[in-house]
Amino acid sequence: MTAAPAPAAASEPLLVRRIAGHPWARFALRRAGRLLVSLWVLVTASFLMIHLVPGDPVRAALGPTAPAALVAERRTALGLDDPLPVQYLDYLRNLLGGDLGTSIISRLPVSEVVAQRLPSTLALAGLAFLTAVVIAVPVGVVVGVLTRRGHGRRTEAAFTSGSIVLGTIPDFLLGVGLVYLLGVTLQWLPVAGDATPAGYVLPVLSLAVGPAAILARILRVEMVAVLDADYLRTARAKRLPARSLYLGHALPNAATASLTLGGLILGSMVAGTVLVENVFAWPGLGTTIVRSILSKDYPLVQAIVLVYGLGVLLINTVVDVALALLDPRSKIRED
Amino acid sequence: MNRRTAHRWLRVLRTPMGRTAAVLVLIVLALAVVGPSPWNARADAVDTANILAGPSAEHWAGTDNLGRDIVFRVLAATRLSIGLALAATAVAVLAGLLLGTAPWLLGRRAGRLVTGVVQIAIAFPGLLLALFFAVVFGVGATGAVLAIGLAGAPTFARLVQTLLAGVASRDFVAAAQVAGVGRFRILLRHLLPNIAEPLVVNATIGAGGALLGFAGLSFLGLGVQAPAYDWGRLMFDGIGVMYVNPAAAIAPALAVLLAGLALNLLGESVAKGFGMDALVGLPASVNPSPAAPAAPAPPAPESAGDDASGDVVLDVRDLTVSFPAARGPIRPVRGVTFAIRRGEAVAVVGESGSGKSVTALAVSRLIDAAGRVDAERLHLLGTDLREPDSAVQRRMLGSSLAMVFQDPASSFNPTQRIGRQLAETSRHHHDLGRRAAFARAVDRLRAVRITDPERRARQYPHEFSGGMRQRAMIGMGLMGSPALIVADEPTTALDVTVQRQILELLTAIRTADDVALLLISHDVGVVSEVCDRVLVMYAGRIVEDLPTDRLGAALHPYTRALTAAVPRMDSPLDRPLPVIPGRPLDPADVPVGCAYADRCPLVSERCRAEDPPLERHPSGHRVACWHARPPLAGERHDDPARDGAAEPASVVETS
Repeated sequence: MTAAPAPAAASEPLLVRRIAGHPWARFALRRAGRLLVSLWVLVTASFLMIHLVPGDPVRAALGPTAPAALVAERRTALGLDDPLPVQYLDYLRNLLGGDLGTSIISRLPVSEVVAQRLPSTLALAGLAFLTAVVIAVPVGVVVGVLTRRGHGRRTEAAFTSGSIVLGTIPDFLLGVGLVYLLGVTLQWLPVAGDATPAGYVLPVLSLAVGPAAILARILRVEMVAVLDADYLRTARAKRLPARSLYLGHALPNAATASLTLGGLILGSMVAGTVLVENVFAWPGLGTTIVRSILSKDYPLVQAIVLVYGLGVLLINTVVDVALALLDPRSKIRED
Repeated sequence: MNRRTAHRWLRVLRTPMGRTAAVLVLIVLALAVVGPSPWNARADAVDTANILAGPSAEHWAGTDNLGRDIVFRVLAATRLSIGLALAATAVAVLAGLLLGTAPWLLGRRAGRLVTGVVQIAIAFPGLLLALFFAVVFGVGATGAVLAIGLAGAPTFARLVQTLLAGVASRDFVAAAQVAGVGRFRILLRHLLPNIAEPLVVNATIGAGGALLGFAGLSFLGLGVQAPAYDWGRLMFDGIGVMYVNPAAAIAPALAVLLAGLALNLLGESVAKGFGMDALVGLPASVNPSPAAPAAPAPPAPESAGDDASGDVVLDVRDLTVSFPAARGPIRPVRGVTFAIRRGEAVAVVGESGSGKSVTALAVSRLIDAAGRVDAERLHLLGTDLREPDSAVQRRMLGSSLAMVFQDPASSFNPTQRIGRQLAETSRHHHDLGRRAAFARAVDRLRAVRITDPERRARQYPHEFSGGMRQRAMIGMGLMGSPALIVADEPTTALDVTVQRQILELLTAIRTADDVALLLISHDVGVVSEVCDRVLVMYAGRIVEDLPTDRLGAALHPYTRALTAAVPRMDSPLDRPLPVIPGRPLDPADVPVGCAYADRCPLVSERCRAEDPPLERHPSGHRVACWHARPPLAGERHDDPARDGAAEPASVVETS
């Protein structure tokens, strides 16, 4: 376990073998493989969605009064009359070409709708994540230092219960509360749309507060554990200044453990935008997907589910890579 | 539910959080049971004269767009909201059990496939899965139950898999398998009953999640459809009229929040009570016990630093360390006095809990701020360590005092390269640049006999072997020009051959640069190889201070017991090793008299009444014992003194 990965394999002249034997290459290959499999499952699931719906999806979308000829025409246009494997291959081919299909209701290309709606959602999720991290990291570190072993019992109790409560309030309920308090009662901030920068405040806060509380709590626990670790005593024995102790030695170690959770939180934030967008009538993908589910516009739903899923997969991959970079052992620990 | 389980549930209920959560859950459940019958009529009473009225005495939360009372609608919606959440939870648990047990039932290959799918599904947030299934199962209450349930299934599946893996490796399962019991039968009879408890706990937390998820779906208009209504549906109706009657959205939102929080908190506190929560741990402090009333021992009449020439590196007088505990401070070190001269190697030996490591930390100024260090004198190279922390003092300590800790595996920062960790000292204390500091680090690694130091300096601690790490740790201490190395059990975590290398390295450094060594050890064998002098500690005090080569002629019965407990090449194999009867003292509960009295073969009345002071004995030892004298033949554990320095038995009997 302690043995270094033997680069001393002088009897291994082949460059290919060298690379394949390198822990980084192994890690990258494994991670890419996992991403591909997940991607395939995601695409297949989104393809199957329209076929899992009981009855005729086109009839369901157009309503019982639509003429049979129109239904038949749309079915053909969607390729629903082809054999399933053919449809699957077509679907994959179209995806690769960037063609996400056509909306049953509006007849607009789905890719156009997504492209128009995606930026608002990305801005919301990105800002919310940044806000959560900007709040959580300093709070977690500072409270961690204040409540390290044998210190600040009361601070710890207050912080823990406070962050638990804040962390369990679902984003959309918080959104409703914020609308009531800051929008309706105090009328400080707009409660709908992204027309003005002020319009971002409430949706971003609704999304960010819970994750920030959870992240800060985890980070504090990790900080407390790390501050008690032997290697921190070593760092203290080197008589380093506090900044170097806490930020240089403790935070990276606490962060590796918090990062996994951060990834999960960011992933669920992507989904959280759906609810929050509907609270604030946000012109993003979240309001669009709900509208299309209700109007049974399946191609649009398929595409948006795909986009969300893709976002989550990307986040997970980025987190894994960041973990491997931050913690030199993680890529080795994996095998 | 067996008695142990019942006891643990009771314990959960005794915590304030557990009690609050349980009461809230009971209230919500009671509302769900009785809810609709008394309130349905009022909840559905249309009052067109009173549409979207604000809160009033008659309608506490106002009315909706048909003039129906919001409060009663919220109360009446409890049953549907809770019922649907529980149904969704049941779906999640059931589907999770099916998926989670599949690997066990289906064998390796099919099992791996299921595990893989679960692994992928779990990466997606629950709400996304719920939306997917909501499309497949259609908009409405039934579809939403299935959607929320299946969205929660992967989490439960993985939980079941993890729990099964833990139980399946136990002996009784292997026994059943050997006995030819079928896998399905083993699952039902042996495995599931053993994982039921954590499953129930997680289902409680899951129910809270399902409730919130359901409220979310209904709020989006994808769950319960009019004219039926749950809390989410009420919010859906209320958010549109937010500016007219905000209470129409706020009241159901509060209900969701309260019920969801209650279920979550109950689950969390049960999990915590059952020891499943690894997140919120109490700090593992020293046993909190009543304050030790032990009167401070009379100050040693003779300070070890009496012959204080400029030769003394470390001078400690009457050092006391105390830590606050729940029931008064405990004092792991109670009045320790000693000095170390330049180039001298002094060992501190004692059992665990004797205060030897705390002494080492105190003299290196590494006691956490929670601990209190008092001393009449605490000087390192003439600097008073009792003075508040200052940049000057940090710089002095950083370059003149080297620390070597017990476990080299955990004493290096795992996320930084070795070279950087060494170089840091020079960058901070000697104002070296990045490159110069790194070069110094490489040089020091070479000095502690690490081969290929340039390459090694660029490696991470986990790429080093245990012995190499310890050498690198010593190298880290050599970045400055240490006058004292404090080594706390430096070889305990290493295997025997490596131990020798480390000890030889320490000795070499000591003799080459005239560096003093304070070696903390429980191993008398190690100590006698390396050190000139031994301080024997017991219960926070030095009980004997003697030259290493006089260990065979120790004056204190505890020192004799310690040396006798060391196995040696000539220890008789047919007899058990002598052990010290009784237990080490609890530092929180120190008696009035001699702390060793309870375990001492020579104990007398005086020992229990008066704590013996550490005094110079004619033989040159310092010893704290009312019965200090060389060993008698009868109590020598048939252990001839080591090192050939022992007096013959006849001499022993003269005293």
